[in-house]
Amino acid sequence: MRYIAVLMALTFGWSQGAWAFCGFYVASAGPTPFNDASKVVLARQGQRTTITMSSDVSGAPKDFALVIPVPTVVERNQVRVVQSATVDHLDQYSVPRLVEYHDEDPCAPPPPPMMMLAVPAPTAAMPRTRGDTALGVRVEAEYSVGEYDIQVLSAQDSSGLVTYLNARRYRIPDGAGPVIGSYLRQGMHFFVAKVNLGRVNTGGTTFLRPIQVEYSSPKFMLPIRLGTVNARGPQDMVVLALTERGRVETTNYPVRRMPTGTAIPVYVKDGFNDFYRAVFDRQVQDADGQATFLEYAWDMGACDPCSAPPLANDELRELGASWVQASPYLNQPTFLTRLHVRYDRAHFPEDLALQETSDRESYQARYVVTHAWTGEAACEAGKRYTASLPNRYRQAARNVVELTNWSYADVKRRMDETGERVP
Amino acid sequence: MRDHNGLPLMASPDPRWFQVCALSVLLLASMTLYDLAATPLQAAVTIGTALAAQALFCAGFGTRFEALSPAITGLSLSILLRTHEPWLWAAAAGLGIASKFLLRVEGKHLFNPAAFGIVVLLAVDAEVWVSPGQWGTAVWLVAALVCAGALVLSRARRAGTAAAFLGCYGGLIGGRAWWLGDPWTIPLHQVQTGSLLLFACFMITDPRSTPDHPAARLVFAMAVAGGAYWLQFVWQVRTGAYWALAGAAVLTPLLDAVLPAARFRWRSLGVQ
Repeated sequence: MRYIAVLMALTFGWSQGAWAFCGFYVASAGPTPFNDASKVVLARQGQRTTITMSSDVSGAPKDFALVIPVPTVVERNQVRVVQSATVDHLDQYSVPRLVEYHDEDPCAPPPPPMMMLAVPAPTAAMPRTRGDTALGVRVEAEYSVGEYDIQVLSAQDSSGLVTYLNARRYRIPDGAGPVIGSYLRQGMHFFVAKVNLGRVNTGGTTFLRPIQVEYSSPKFMLPIRLGTVNARGPQDMVVLALTERGRVETTNYPVRRMPTGTAIPVYVKDGFNDFYRAVFDRQVQDADGQATFLEYAWDMGACDPCSAPPLANDELRELGASWVQASPYLNQPTFLTRLHVRYDRAHFPEDLALQETSDRESYQARYVVTHAWTGEAACEAGKRYTASLPNRYRQAARNVVELTNWSYADVKRRMDETGERVP
Repeated sequence: MRDHNGLPLMASPDPRWFQVCALSVLLLASMTLYDLAATPLQAAVTIGTALAAQALFCAGFGTRFEALSPAITGLSLSILLRTHEPWLWAAAAGLGIASKFLLRVEGKHLFNPAAFGIVVLLAVDAEVWVSPGQWGTAVWLVAALVCAGALVLSRARRAGTAAAFLGCYGGLIGGRAWWLGDPWTIPLHQVQTGSLLLFACFMITDPRSTPDHPAARLVFAMAVAGGAYWLQFVWQVRTGAYWALAGAAVLTPLLDAVLPAARFRWRSLGVQ
């Protein structure tokens, strides 16, 4: 069972103190570099925010629970469940990628450049009451959506709410009280959800569909503090933001772009996920753990190279991009930002404050392998080409070492094994 | 012997040189250390346009050209304002310098030129943005020292205004954290932003667009701090400080009328 804490949420309830999470879970359905990262899709237009939280669960659904602070009372018509495949599609579309080139015959006249994309692998990507006046807890709304039973709660103080939630098996961890109190004083409500077992499709593995909440508020932020209450080490979160205008960035933590376009050895192709994890670790380390990382920023109308087919307008609308018209023939401006955050309490004391910028510059984290020409190259140009390869290999080895901190000797050995002989 | 500001006249350079040096250090640091910072071309266009606009207006108004003030405007804009459109780099600088010559009350310009350029472009929804989070806390300490050093050296009665602003803004943030029951790491993190520091040390403290009387400057600084806090935390406007400073510009003539004092002038002459 693999569960990861998300973000903003507290998700409690897994048995065995598995409050190893404070968010929801993302199942390990496929090998992306960070398939244990929680994924959140944010769509923002004006003051309207739609947040979709992916929660593939491979544990017992009866124990699943979600607790997130929301700025307004969320009514029944503002909550939906969406298809996991749609969130996975967006994730796969924007995931850091490996680009693969093949050198042409150096003795042949140069053809127009061709580019092939190697995608790292398909991405995977509660009881009822009417509140408790003695505890000062008020149920602002209560309804069921899909497989979830939902309550929106307000409270006079945190201790009443903590008692209320604990009584309903939400297992609020010690230390969460002050954080909950802070959100309550900011006028926020708590959106809590549990799985209604009667509605879960239990044929084989259980998949809980991502839950989507929409609200209108000037607050454009992601609450992560509840997720850091229990010191469990840093957690990874991927934020996929859909906007009309341009790139989304954190305004209280610096944004860094992941290194991109770097030439790396061919052998890395088979272990691209390990490679990218090492690259990310190194970047986090260089930033002293205090930055958010841009992995993708591009208009949805185009991509080059694309690591997955673009999302259909219907899919974008399903994820909250309500400004997109349903017609499949219209290409409407939608900008996708992918931010990767590794957060813990020490380095991320406050919630992520976000803003939409007017930056529409295209960016993607990609790494390039180039297969050398292995045919005959007897002409003059071919000899020069063959002579140039060792330097190229050496540079690729250095690039990998610089990006990942891996040992140069190991990299060289692996390259030698695959025929890229580093001098 | 004393100068026109009542300060002892010494053979020291124009204090704005210290600001130019400090801002240049910060600009170079931001270009070197930060991703998504200004490019050298952007800085060159912005600073160049500020200087050219200054020269143009000086010629038009028949006054002596001086380079320090537009250089400070251009440097500040290069550090703070983000856009990919070269004409907008120039527009911000041009608007800022133009406001200095054209938007005057009793011979004194109303707006800090850089803040004016930023606010106007944000207001008309141009393709610009400000990234308040780009300065991490590690570099923040160095930036704080550079800014504080420039403040002390410039001796241009700025330190009081900066302290009043930072004290008031910090107090509001600290008070909010106390009220919410938040740990102290949160307000500390909130004030450790380079753009707030630049704002406090080089914008709100502009002696040419703030009230003349020391008490009036304190009121002005507190008004900006209150406005910035209100916009930032109630209305979630990430660029709240610039809007607050621009809005508070209307206070300057009022405060000057209520609490008159000797007008500040930089020691080197010319139109400022």
